[in-house]
Amino acid sequence: MTAVWVSADQERCISGGRCMAATSEVFDQNEDGLVVVLTPQVAPELEDRVRKAAYLCPSRAIRIGDGPSEG
Amino acid sequence: MNAPTTTANEDLFAYPQDRACPWQPSPGYQDLGRQGPLHRVRLWDGRWIWMVTGHSQARRLLADPRMSADRSRDDFPAVLPRLDAPIFKPIAIIGFDPPVHDVHRRLLAPDFSLKQVRAMRPHVEDLARRLVADMLRAGPPVDLVEAYALPIPSMVISELLGVPYDDHEFFEAKTVGLLQAKSAEDAERAGRELWDYLDGLITRKEREPGGAGVLSRLAGEVDEDGDLTREDLLRIALALLIGGHDTTSQMIALGVVTLLEHPEQLAALRADPGVLPAAVDELLRLVSITDVSGVRVATEDIEIDGEVIRAGDGVLVSSSMTNRDPAVFPRPYEFDVHRTRGGNAASGRQHLTFGFGIHQCLGQNLARMELEVAFSVLFEGIPDLRLGVPLEALPTRSGGTMQGVHTLPIEW
Repeated sequence: MTAVWVSADQERCISGGRCMAATSEVFDQNEDGLVVVLTPQVAPELEDRVRKAAYLCPSRAIRIGDGPSEG
Repeated sequence: MNAPTTTANEDLFAYPQDRACPWQPSPGYQDLGRQGPLHRVRLWDGRWIWMVTGHSQARRLLADPRMSADRSRDDFPAVLPRLDAPIFKPIAIIGFDPPVHDVHRRLLAPDFSLKQVRAMRPHVEDLARRLVADMLRAGPPVDLVEAYALPIPSMVISELLGVPYDDHEFFEAKTVGLLQAKSAEDAERAGRELWDYLDGLITRKEREPGGAGVLSRLAGEVDEDGDLTREDLLRIALALLIGGHDTTSQMIALGVVTLLEHPEQLAALRADPGVLPAAVDELLRLVSITDVSGVRVATEDIEIDGEVIRAGDGVLVSSSMTNRDPAVFPRPYEFDVHRTRGGNAASGRQHLTFGFGIHQCLGQNLARMELEVAFSVLFEGIPDLRLGVPLEALPTRSGGTMQGVHTLPIEW
């Protein structure tokens, strides 16, 4: 099974906290309230919830891919 | 831009229409929702705009950068007469486009982050318990709006902003005056009084720097040549003060009504406190307190699912109806605190009560926390709570979009 990678764009982030509420194992907020990805390589059992977090993100700041991102 | 000719538009559905049940959309909206996702509706001034009732269409439109939230544009629709008041035209947080919007949002993000809100929770729990103790001491009947639903968000936003709570009767009354005004003139009068009040408050904060609260901090960051002018700060202060207490207080009130009218759901919540966050999101979905997820104007032609929204067309996204799109929410009119059970834990959070896109509610995490605390502390402290009047006799708001009750008599 191919591993899934997640990245988040702090420029797009509006600090809604939806990702952190959905998947706190993967997403956090820094002191400015902006998204931080804790584990870019997503554990298979968390993949559904990471996809959900991406769906819920109001500013579409979360990207899911099949390899590590530069962001 | 479509011509505001009343003759051509008078056959269209008249928006808004009052609810028949406090937690369900107007019967007329329900009919529209059955007909499709996009509708032409007629406003008070004769102009027509699009009303969006489809969830997928709403998400795409609210996240589309071609949709402007700029209320100072000539083609921006005034959904209600009060929204024609000059005070509403350049309103911060909800009524600016990027790049100005992004700057304002960034300034406030640390204060409204999920982490910050979680840290505030024990303090809000203490406050709610104190208010319940006061109600028990006073004895029934009590107006829950005045004794509980309004003081919680009002005290919280006062403290967060650095607005003296001693002035609460003034700013609460003026906010209701602004949001429930039936004319632009009345809205402008109430809004100007709030503006002048905040102007004076910020002047004091400028004279005595280092005070507590967001407004004190921002008063120190004002730069007439930079990103935050004094007028920007006043517009932000006004938006936060208004947005910070009225909707949440009414959501507490109508949430309590909805729970009391669904005893099996209230029992399910009591049986398992772990259900509380999901129950709050389900109540947010169902009650859709503002009944609007967002109002925009298209800046270019936008094709969506076979329709074309033309540049200059107004668009209003209905939260109560997008929150009942059966493609996303099975049994959409049912109140079910276990809606998320079995499926994905986040599925109940797809509601658009807080909007979507870059203007999604700044205070959503604060509101969720306040609601969780308000419901749990209330039903724990007064387990045999009941309505003091029949449901049909509740004095509900009418003629606008923001739902609510003027008072909520309760007994126990």
